[in-house]
Amino acid sequence: MSQSYNRGAVEDFGRWREFSAGMWAWIFHKFTGWVLAGYLFTHIAVLSSAMQGAQTYNETLQGLEGLFVVRILEIGLLAVAVFHILNGIRLLMVDLGVGLEAQDKSFYASMVLTGAIVVASVPTFLSEVGI
Amino acid sequence: MAERYSSFEPASTRWLLQRVTAAFLVVVLAFHFFLLHFVHHAYEIEFAGTQARMQNVGYFATMVAFLVTATFHGVNGVFNALVNQGIDGTQKTAVKWVLVVASVALIAQGVRVAIVMAGF
Repeated sequence: MSQSYNRGAVEDFGRWREFSAGMWAWIFHKFTGWVLAGYLFTHIAVLSSAMQGAQTYNETLQGLEGLFVVRILEIGLLAVAVFHILNGIRLLMVDLGVGLEAQDKSFYASMVLTGAIVVASVPTFLSEVGI
Repeated sequence: MAERYSSFEPASTRWLLQRVTAAFLVVVLAFHFFLLHFVHHAYEIEFAGTQARMQNVGYFATMVAFLVTATFHGVNGVFNALVNQGIDGTQKTAVKWVLVVASVALIAQGVRVAIVMAGF
């Protein structure tokens, strides 16, 4: 049977020195969740250019993709999404009681795998862009 | 024994829905990112290609389900993060309804855009 866990004031960021892997995972999951939720609204707003016709849609998307800063932001978005997915899988496993004893190791694995995927994707994200 | 560690009160409907949508989104978000950044590059996206994809009923339905589940998962997550920060009473009620209205507006707009893209 599960039991409640009084984690104290996690929101007191002055406690960062005593953070464990699980708490870092919690903070990163919240941060990436906020970013993804915010991005969802932006994404639908940009895609709404389709309602102005095919030409506006093409010009909007290709105009944005032509900006170096947008490509960098996309790499950031990939990092955020990959971590949220990997840590989300980890959280689902924890919820199911699988691998509880290795929850710290699975957090570090999520971080390393996120880093590897992001680094490997950089050439794809920066292809055919002007600086 | 390991301790339960969650931002949600266990066994609530929203807690369960957050997990169910998470399981769906893990797959669909990965598919979406892979398809539109690695199979097709984002800088190559044009309306004609978008329309071709959206005219596939299975793809269209998946994208609408993606929109609805991502909106619920994201907004519900934001709401719980704010509850964790200590909002309560009138503040909590106000935040809840702002997020509900924002969610409904986002889903409505997203579905309108999807219908335009598909040309239905």
